[in-house]
Amino acid sequence: MQLLSQKKWPARLESLYESLDSVSSCARALGFNAERIGELELVMEEVLVNIFKYAYGGKEPGEVTISCSEDGGNLVMDVVDSGVPFDPLTASDPDITAGVDERPVGGLGIYLIKKLMDKVKYRREEGRNRLTLVLFKSGKTSPLS
Amino acid sequence: MEVACRKEKNTVIVSVKGRMDAVCTTNFEMILDEQIASGETRFIIDFGGLEYISSAGLQCILTTAKKLEPRQGDLVLAALKGTVKEVFEISGFNSIFTISESVDSALAVA
Repeated sequence: MQLLSQKKWPARLESLYESLDSVSSCARALGFNAERIGELELVMEEVLVNIFKYAYGGKEPGEVTISCSEDGGNLVMDVVDSGVPFDPLTASDPDITAGVDERPVGGLGIYLIKKLMDKVKYRREEGRNRLTLVLFKSGKTSPLS
Repeated sequence: MEVACRKEKNTVIVSVKGRMDAVCTTNFEMILDEQIASGETRFIIDFGGLEYISSAGLQCILTTAKKLEPRQGDLVLAALKGTVKEVFEISGFNSIFTISESVDSALAVA
């Protein structure tokens, strides 16, 4: 596995576009197509906005570190924050058949992460949340199938 | 994100361009709120120029739909394409909303 970039950002909404750009340019350098990069941006927005909003409980904003690596042509991203322990993979999926009335506003972001990424792994280590996301360059099965 | 409104056949057509994400959905929500407050209940959202939508954008659409329900309003989503269309399908939003191929076909049944 080869590290392509590692950057630290203040955990606030103002960091969103710059951090997304940084991740997208790694994917572009690895030759990912525009559609996959679009999905990657979406997943990273959902991951990062969750951290920006909830990890540091509205206190003085902390930081989030994003590392991008290449592994056999696939893109591996490590997102690390020192906020409250939170494993997004344990969140229950929303009922995607519920109507407008019953459908809660929220809960969709994590579902999109799980559906669009090829692999997602969470670890709590040394007081930090570490979310590892893997995006395959090719061979992704459609999330709808 | 750019938002433009025009009215045809008693229906407000809201065209959105660019990105509907966590940073820039406020604009859309504000404009839709103003339209609803002024008594409009029939809307077609034209997604033809939208390149990107995240869960923040979806939540915004759902919030608008919830505001329209008690007013017996009508919300049609038109011209979804690419990743935007994919996101609507994954989230199941394509089955809770009326989806139309184009603004013209949505207007034809309006």
